[in-house]
Amino acid sequence: MSESSGILERRENRAGWWFVGPALLLILVFFALPVLAALLLSFTDFDLYSIRDFANARFVGLRNYQALLHNPVFWLAIRNTFYFALVGGPLTLIVSLGAALLVNAPLTRARGLFRTIYFTPFVTTLVAVAIVWRYLYHPQYGLLNAALGAVGISPIDWLGNPHWAMPAIILLATWKNFGYNMLILIAGLQSIPEELYEAARLDGAGAVRRFRHVTLPMLGPTLLFVGVITMIGYFQVFTEPYVMTGGGPLKSTETVVLLMYEEGFRWWRMGVAAAYAFALFVVILVGTLIQTRLQKVRI
Amino acid sequence: MRRPLTTVLLYGTLILGAVLAVFPMVWMVSASVMPTGAANSAPPHLLPPSITFEHYRTLFARLNLGRYLLNSTVIATTVTVLSLLVNSLAGYAFAKLRFRGRDRAFRILLTGLVVPVQVAMLPLFLMLKELGFINTYWGVIVPGMASIFGIFLVRQYALSIPDDLLDAARIDGASEFRIYRSVVVPSIMPILATLSIWTFLNTWNDFMWPLIVLSDESRWTLPVAIANLVGEHVQDTELMMAGSVITVLPVLGVFLVLQKYYVEGIMAGSVK
Repeated sequence: MSESSGILERRENRAGWWFVGPALLLILVFFALPVLAALLLSFTDFDLYSIRDFANARFVGLRNYQALLHNPVFWLAIRNTFYFALVGGPLTLIVSLGAALLVNAPLTRARGLFRTIYFTPFVTTLVAVAIVWRYLYHPQYGLLNAALGAVGISPIDWLGNPHWAMPAIILLATWKNFGYNMLILIAGLQSIPEELYEAARLDGAGAVRRFRHVTLPMLGPTLLFVGVITMIGYFQVFTEPYVMTGGGPLKSTETVVLLMYEEGFRWWRMGVAAAYAFALFVVILVGTLIQTRLQKVRI
Repeated sequence: MRRPLTTVLLYGTLILGAVLAVFPMVWMVSASVMPTGAANSAPPHLLPPSITFEHYRTLFARLNLGRYLLNSTVIATTVTVLSLLVNSLAGYAFAKLRFRGRDRAFRILLTGLVVPVQVAMLPLFLMLKELGFINTYWGVIVPGMASIFGIFLVRQYALSIPDDLLDAARIDGASEFRIYRSVVVPSIMPILATLSIWTFLNTWNDFMWPLIVLSDESRWTLPVAIANLVGEHVQDTELMMAGSVITVLPVLGVFLVLQKYYVEGIMAGSVK
């Protein structure tokens, strides 16, 4: 008996590694190793000439990082990326939470229908809807200005004005992404035991207090999860500015990933671009840590 | 007595939200069948003054959109099929098979989630160039096959498979792969449906990596193609809207037909 269970154990051990093998190998070769290679790359002057012959690349130590710290465009891109993530992230969370509460309200009928409709923007192709929104934002013929005109607001050059371009992109991103968070928040809301609300009601708590003292604390971990996911995604913003503004006007929508793309894949200065990529990595890592800490303190 | 007012407010907000959620897509479809120039009028038209399909004809006859549609379909379908196999095997093994170093390997894998994919892109490009994968479907397919999130999704679901079921199959003398095929796969079908829809939509919608790898026009996917198209045809609003419709419609269709599996799978995968 013990011998046969030993055989089974060994068989299971072998099967386990065979089953995870292909996935781990693919992730190792096409993700983990490239990430490490990117770190090495960021210490070189790898450029167009090195693409023809890798031997042309030279180690330059921290020169790319020093150059980046003294590059005003990099700081502008950092500023814009933070703007997008720190304004767009919370805005998306608020809209998601609002939508989740509305769809999940006890009075609401046809929940499935509203849930599906609100989720639809999330499954659409970002490039395509960014093009659609580009036309909606058109200063002369766009429907947004037409709607604003109807209530007496004069036309805004949404994507052509450095002050409005980023808010315009944030609005698109919020519309596109809130549905996913909403779904997860609905799942979180539904897992809150009904008895807690009953007890709060018996204690005479109104709707607002029930929300503050039951819903919010119980939803805390879920909010943290969607908050972190949204923020990580938003720090990587690329497609919206690429399609809608090209980083302009006056670099007001230039982001870190867009900068990395331009340096690395348009000008082929891959060493410099790798330093941008790692700057992004550090930002996301620090952001995730801060957010996890903050939430722990509050809850 | 506040009930009726609350109900009106609730539905008013819900419906307003629904209108805002679908409006850009409705206008996209509407503008795509307007005659040339009709979308650029002040005040703008909401509905087409007359209906024409000339922009769709132009896209397929002159601008090669059929080719891009084919590229997108081939790439998204292949990634979906291959990643389903790779990620479900791994997800199941991480959940149910007791092998040495399993938990540590899984923890290391999860830390990969905080690394932005863009960090890997520069060396990956150079590597695929050496392998001759640049400008081929494989350059997009191979890096998309394994997904940490996909493995995680399957694992969370597979945790609920009863061990007795697997042990019974073992005592009956079934091989581990046989168990995977005839016991595990049927019992994790719902999450496999979720995973395949998720993979298909993500691959279809992906932009940055195909933009980098597929520089040759004949290999472009739809998002890469219409992003390039808008550069030349920015004045042709109706044409661009038709291109957007063709890009979005397939994923929207897949989602609406299979939304039950997708929505429920994502909700179930998130709370655990």
